[in-house]
Amino acid sequence: MISRNQTEKLAFATVALASLVVVLPALVIIGFLAAKGAFAISWSFLTQMPKNGMREGGIMPAIVGTLYLVAGTLVFAVPLGVFAAIYLAEYAPQSTLRRIVRLSIVNLAGVPSVVYGLFGYGLFVVTLHFGKSILAGSLTLAFLILPVVIAASEEAVRSVPKSFREGSLALGATRWQTIWRVVLPNAAGGIITGVVIGVGRAAGETAPIMFTAAAFFLPKLPSSPLSDCMALPYHLYVVASEMFDAPLSMQWGTALTLLMLVTAMNLVAALIRARFRRAKCW
Amino acid sequence: MLVSVPVSISEAQSPQPRWNAASECVCGKVEVEDLSLFYGTFQALRNVSISIPECAVLALIGPSGCGKSSFLRCINRLNDLIPGARTTGRVLLDGKNVYDPDVDAFLLRKRVGMVFQQPNPFPKSIFENVAYGPRIHGVKNKSELADIVERSLRRAALWDEVKDDVYKPALALSGGQQQRLCIARALAVEPEILLMDEPCSALDPISTGRIEELICSLKEDYTIVIVTHNMQQASRISDYTGFFLMGELIEFGESAQIFTRPKDKRTEDYVTGRFG
Ligand SMILES: Nc1ncnc2c1ncn2[C@@H]1O[C@H](COP(=O)(O)OP(=O)(O)O)[C@@H](O)[C@H]1O
Ligand SMILES: [Mg+2]
Repeated sequence: MISRNQTEKLAFATVALASLVVVLPALVIIGFLAAKGAFAISWSFLTQMPKNGMREGGIMPAIVGTLYLVAGTLVFAVPLGVFAAIYLAEYAPQSTLRRIVRLSIVNLAGVPSVVYGLFGYGLFVVTLHFGKSILAGSLTLAFLILPVVIAASEEAVRSVPKSFREGSLALGATRWQTIWRVVLPNAAGGIITGVVIGVGRAAGETAPIMFTAAAFFLPKLPSSPLSDCMALPYHLYVVASEMFDAPLSMQWGTALTLLMLVTAMNLVAALIRARFRRAKCW
Repeated sequence: MLVSVPVSISEAQSPQPRWNAASECVCGKVEVEDLSLFYGTFQALRNVSISIPECAVLALIGPSGCGKSSFLRCINRLNDLIPGARTTGRVLLDGKNVYDPDVDAFLLRKRVGMVFQQPNPFPKSIFENVAYGPRIHGVKNKSELADIVERSLRRAALWDEVKDDVYKPALALSGGQQQRLCIARALAVEPEILLMDEPCSALDPISTGRIEELICSLKEDYTIVIVTHNMQQASRISDYTGFFLMGELIEFGESAQIFTRPKDKRTEDYVTGRFG
């Protein structure tokens, strides 16, 4: 027989082990990347053009390209996602339309990213004649992350207490004034969280930009939204599996840079969130 | 047995009848005629008719769930926002039915302020809370806003406590101060009527006392309707009292009469605490 005390210890050990199993791979991956990549990363690696067919030199155009793509994704995904979320949370009555919109969003979230890539290629690159460009890539990535942005924003908008809305409406504010001045500022933290999760994912995706934006090798910076560009995840894919003789340091360095970029974005988001929380003076 | 409670009715006079442009007799600031309210199929108010006198305090009493809050929210049409809520009957404000199709509910709510049971200041500074209403109604000038904020805070008897730092977060105030801030916020848009839904039920006795004093001073300028569960409070601060039961207005009259000589047996049971 096991005593209650032993059961207690067993249960604790099990849950502790489970969390360890989750934490461990994350630590191993990050530690491994840091150990291998740290030697590859230098100031010149981050700021120089690739040389000698990407066997030497830096990855600056890929970093810049990814930043452009991320910025473009934000430009399209944030207004679209937030407005859609407001519509769902505040305006859409419990109607069939709303159920259809929700179902579409859930389904969109389950579409594999390579399908987004082909969709973006068909719609933006070919049909709308944007060509393989930052514009086409950003739009494709924006659609990829819309479900996340909408879901998080809707949740955030809904969780703003009813008493704030009524307080505003009772003063004679219109619904839009209430949404704009009371609901959105209070939902901003949750919205930013959703956007960052989405954008972090967009920054790391290869398949959606492969056909819509990313250049194999382009040793110059993009000159307009209609230029194509290099991008970190695609560059990593190229040096890791398309080239036989790219030095390993190139691969580790690129991987670590991508990881640091995404981490930096999460950090910035955390800071913004903290600011909003302070501004709300909870 | 009736409890005898101190009642101040000296200032409570019967309101003078007035005549509006449409030549209808307007006896109160708000005339509610045959008002019924439905939430879906559930009827929350049953043919309520009541005359709310100008510049006086009307207290609404009755057990929980009898429709007091619902009644208040009919006057400023806050129920419009509840899906499935439907009203019949008329609510005349200065002789004009607020449910007429040409009435703008947003402008109506500017004239009819509301204070809620739980103090609900916005998570902004004290200043921004009070300035919120004037801002949404188009006041942009900084010094004008500052004027309004100071005047409203003074009127709500909060100025002296917060004047050193009106930019500090509203949520750092005590519950009673927050409620007075909400009153100041409502006053800042210059309403004519103030609806108060159990404004003291979340407050300690001292804060409650301050709000009661405030209400007594506000009735010089405003028509006040207050919901309260506290019989002593109702008899202390109100000129008129209405007793609701299960969506019906059972009895309405001067507070002195309701609390000392109720006509209806159910009112008597309720005010003497023998109810239920
Ligand atoms: N939004 C709503 N939807 C459906 N029923 C409601 C709603 N609000 C209130 N009610 C019902 O209406 C009745 C009156 O409620 P309320 O006006 O809040 O009473 P009181 O303020 O007197 O306690 C209650 O039975 C309550 O359940
Ligand atoms: Mg109530």
